[in-house]
Amino acid sequence: MPTKLVVDCSTGVTTEVELTAEEIAQMEADAAAFAEAEAARLAEEQAKAEAKAAAEAKLAALGLTADEIAALGK
Amino acid sequence: MANTYIPIATVTVGSGGAANIEFTSIPQTYTDLLVKASLRDNRTDSPVTDTVITFNSSGSGYSIRMLYGDASFSTPGSATTSGAVYIAGQYQNTNQTTSNTFSNTEIYIPNYTSSNNKSISVDAVTETNGTPIYASIVAGLWANSSVISSIKLAPMYGTLAYVQHSSATLYGIKNS
Repeated sequence: MPTKLVVDCSTGVTTEVELTAEEIAQMEADAAAFAEAEAARLAEEQAKAEAKAAAEAKLAALGLTADEIAALGK
Repeated sequence: MANTYIPIATVTVGSGGAANIEFTSIPQTYTDLLVKASLRDNRTDSPVTDTVITFNSSGSGYSIRMLYGDASFSTPGSATTSGAVYIAGQYQNTNQTTSNTFSNTEIYIPNYTSSNNKSISVDAVTETNGTPIYASIVAGLWANSSVISSIKLAPMYGTLAYVQHSSATLYGIKNS
């Protein structure tokens, strides 16, 4: 069973306490929510990278050099 | 200018690890609070995790503004969160970093006994023998009029736990 450390500042005593079923369920829900949010973030980053690469390819096709394309992003 | 730093309590994680660390029954006799933490969790799929901070077991009213980056400056950026269930954004070490290294985190909480909303600032940096190393600074707000009587630190991503030798010390600071 996972535990947490609770420090009572009035006594200085540290107690190792087993997590309750509710706390464990919340941790698991948090993990699932994070995994979902992380997947969405990665998908957004990939979409941005792909859009950037496509735009740079179009600019190159118009005759811009790599340095000129890079200068547009500064 | 603060002229006292009084250690109130220190906790060090034992061999069994700990899902979180919580300071309770914090005395109301200081002006500000400071937590200095040395943290590492058991995450293995990333070199960095956010530390989650909550007060008084409250799950609402938190907002942050965060600036972050890594040692190569390849991913600097900022993030804003409002209406959150905790303060997150401050980075900590994971088990993907060099063995026996720990992140350094400093959490400053001024006027914790005030009936006004509570501000918080956090400065954190990870450590590893290589790259990437992450740093973050966070300006946070807890929109709550209660005095702060407990502070909890936890790894953000669900079922992680702090590993052995992680530690945190709570200091009380008086303005006179």
